Amino acid sequence: MSTAHPKTAHPKNAEPASAVPGTPVLSVRDLSVSFRSDTRTVHAVDSLSYEVAAGEVLAIVGESGCGKSVTSMAVMGLLPPTATVTGSVRLGGRELAGATEKELSAVRGKDLAMIFQEPMTSLNPVLTIGRQIGEVLRRHQGLSRKEAKERAVELLALVGIPAPERRVAEYPHQLSGGMRQRVMIAIAVACDPAVLIADEPTTALDVTVQAGILEVLQSLRERLGTAIVLITHDLGVVADAADRVLVMYAGRAVEQAPADELFTAPRHPYTRGLLSAVLRPGQEGKRRLPEIPGLVPSLAAQPDACTFAARCTHADERCGTARPALTPDTGHRVACWHPVAATAPAHEEAAR
Amino acid sequence: MNRYLLTRLRQSLITLFLVSVVVFAGIRALPGDPALALAGEERSPQALAAIREAYGLNDNIVVQYGRFVGHALTGDLGTSARTGLPVLDSILDALPVTLELAALSLLLAVVLGIGAGVLAAVRRGKATEWLANAIALLGLSVPTFWLGIVLVLAFAIAVPIFAASGYVPFGTDPLDNLRRMVLPAIVLGSGLAAVVMRQTRGAMLDNLSADYVRTARAKGLSRRQVVGGHALRNSLVTVVTVLGLQLGHLISGAVVTEQIFVLPGFGKLTIDAVFTRDYTMLQGVVLCTSAAYILVNLAVDVLYSVIDPRIRLGGAR
Amino acid sequence: MTTPSDSTSDIPSGATSGATAVIATASGAGSPAAADGSAAAPRPGTLRTRLRALRRNRLALTGAVIAAVFVLVALCAPLIAPYDPARPDFGAALAPPSWAHWLGTDDLGRDQLSRVIHGARASMQVGLLAVVLAFLVGVPLGLAAGFYGKYADSAVSRLTDTLLAFPFLVLAVGLAAVLGPSLLNATIAIGISQVPAVIRIARAETLRLKHLDYVGAALVNGGGDATALFRHILPNATSALIVQATVGIPSAIIGEALLSFLGLGVQPPAPSLGVMLSGAQPFLGPAPWMAVFPGLAIVAATLAFNLLGDGLRDVLDPRGATR
Repeated sequence: MSTAHPKTAHPKNAEPASAVPGTPVLSVRDLSVSFRSDTRTVHAVDSLSYEVAAGEVLAIVGESGCGKSVTSMAVMGLLPPTATVTGSVRLGGRELAGATEKELSAVRGKDLAMIFQEPMTSLNPVLTIGRQIGEVLRRHQGLSRKEAKERAVELLALVGIPAPERRVAEYPHQLSGGMRQRVMIAIAVACDPAVLIADEPTTALDVTVQAGILEVLQSLRERLGTAIVLITHDLGVVADAADRVLVMYAGRAVEQAPADELFTAPRHPYTRGLLSAVLRPGQEGKRRLPEIPGLVPSLAAQPDACTFAARCTHADERCGTARPALTPDTGHRVACWHPVAATAPAHEEAAR
Repeated sequence: MNRYLLTRLRQSLITLFLVSVVVFAGIRALPGDPALALAGEERSPQALAAIREAYGLNDNIVVQYGRFVGHALTGDLGTSARTGLPVLDSILDALPVTLELAALSLLLAVVLGIGAGVLAAVRRGKATEWLANAIALLGLSVPTFWLGIVLVLAFAIAVPIFAASGYVPFGTDPLDNLRRMVLPAIVLGSGLAAVVMRQTRGAMLDNLSADYVRTARAKGLSRRQVVGGHALRNSLVTVVTVLGLQLGHLISGAVVTEQIFVLPGFGKLTIDAVFTRDYTMLQGVVLCTSAAYILVNLAVDVLYSVIDPRIRLGGAR
Repeated sequence: MTTPSDSTSDIPSGATSGATAVIATASGAGSPAAADGSAAAPRPGTLRTRLRALRRNRLALTGAVIAAVFVLVALCAPLIAPYDPARPDFGAALAPPSWAHWLGTDDLGRDQLSRVIHGARASMQVGLLAVVLAFLVGVPLGLAAGFYGKYADSAVSRLTDTLLAFPFLVLAVGLAAVLGPSLLNATIAIGISQVPAVIRIARAETLRLKHLDYVGAALVNGGGDATALFRHILPNATSALIVQATVGIPSAIIGEALLSFLGLGVQPPAPSLGVMLSGAQPFLGPAPWMAVFPGLAIVAATLAFNLLGDGLRDVLDPRGATR
């Protein structure tokens, strides 16, 4: 999981913010995000907590709109002013929640970096690749234009882009989606960040490209000891890449466990629903998600209840009136009044 | 030279050809004998016959057109019946005045318009945006020539800081030149500034919410770098387009502005030609104006491709 | 920018559509709020709900009211004007504003208020007629260019370019030179100068609508081109065209004033705001009111239509926020 202390490629940034194996580099506590609109308030994330250690890959999994992307934007401090964020985000001992834009901008791209899910639009169309990579180096490491360009070429090679000397002078539209995502990764890792948040890094790419991108992320984690928060809905990606998994549903964490344990013994009915039709890890073929009956509840309603109750086959009266808390941290935590016994085989208990 | 620019060049040439046909036909469409129109005051039958001979009006219309174009290409736009001077000379005399006026106005419009537009977009929902929008709307609604009159009232009559009329070449007396050009430049530039401001604001709002701006922020760039280096750079494509489209308004505005401030430029030449029925002059002036318009638009397209690599390198837009 | 599955749906689309192993694309930050917000708002579909939205826009409403007042004044000018706009009264020449002459008198002692009222009539007349003319020419050409494409499109494009190559004033000057200066010729010149914008919008709307399923269906079901154009495309292009009209009217009003100011439009002694301004120029020192009030009238009229146009654009045509 964790590797030896990374030997960084660039001397000026030899010490990424606290990359000591085992201790959490990023620690999120009771993070809540709500959005004001004219008429009402939408709660997108509700008291979410997680932490990642150096060299660890934490996957955050959930359906569209469950708040997983909002969470990472909140961690980065990139949410629009209409968002209200409460809770604590600590990066290597530094509190980021409530920090000013200026303080945040000194951390972003340097200690805390992010890859977005839209590689086609996330790069500036009128600037060269080299300029866009160089920018972050010049900002955080004070490199000269020439040094930044040389380093940009190295970074392009690092993320597996062929002919980096040529590519560095090209514009985003001359690159394929997979290449652009690699450029995004190059930008994100340019300053050897302690934490890398990857929001659906492979979603927009075709399957063959996906594997390459994941490989790049893996090798980064191994070489630099980067802690990676991998946000995805693709359970195959989770099985391949994650050490631990956090399952989110309607803005809340419902289950958190080491990846292999989650796949072999999921305890939350929702997690079981997600996993039930996925073929056993290692087996090839189409992994299809089962249909869970019912709709994700509106995030505007914040009932004093289990948010999954309406779609859950195990739900009883208590699920509708009291909110289940995550069980204490024993490695495998679940927020459910009727957690599935740890030994029950996954496919039998699946929601219909 | 890439395919995009070649296409634009071809289109421009076609347009130029059509313009020349319209200008040529325009003079022939005059009611009655074109010789009458060309003759000015001298209308004896002998004079008319001489004119027909001189202008080749007895020839086939296609031959006449060919000659017209041939002469125009060699810079021969005919001789004004009014002044007896070659049309081209009058145009070349008037050109510096109009160019200076246009350049000053453009400078004003670009600096004020882009500045206010960026400010309005960045200070979204604040008093700054409201104020900038209000001024821009006012700028669009106030007719150029009335603004000119009001400014003359204020700064040349009530508080005489600037001169209200006349032209002094910059080379002769730079200070006096500017004293006379400030008001006209404000008059001509204000409307354009309003348009540029609105476009800049719109484009900036679009670009500021774009994914790549989020990337730029995630890189930890300063607000100034995000706004100036990323969002504005992309917004310029839109702004340049608008400047190209507004060129016609600039030319129209120059005509009026020169009329108000009695500047001996292109516009005054045009209006005087109309009222003195100096058709040769008018034909030459209109042809030159339209040709200039087409050429500048072509230049705008070249400028695009400099700003936007997707056009330059022939990628998908 | 975003993928289709990124939209407002809360249903796991990957599951229902049975695609590969996906839970449905997660949306970017902030979009849950945006999604819920748009779901809460009334669907911006029908003209009626859009007009209701317009009523909430106070600036646009103000513009609409002022514009309506202008139209009324223009219609009833002879009834409202306190004096005959053309009758000189040399005893009262260059009189400043007073109870007898609210806006003062001009160098011939004519009542300025009456002249402004009649001038507004000329302005509105030109404003509306020019826009109608531009639409009569531009809409069919734009529809044809967008619908038939290919040669029709490039022919119309070259025509538009040629028209654009004559700046409005040069066009007006040329027409005045050929046909003589008059209100009608000014109207024609203004109308023609607005044709390219109308063509562009009609063409763009046609291109957009042509590819919609129901238009294709209408064509497949044996409806002729005319049916598709006039039953399906034109009605759906109205929003964009209405917005263009509200933009065209104020620019036509300014155009009329400008041409009349230069002596290429309304001929004195007929009252027009532009003629009044041009007449005021020699008297800027002694009688500034002669220049101020007609100008304010033009500003009020154009501002009103611009406000209305901005409001209409916001509710009717969010796409075409270009100008």
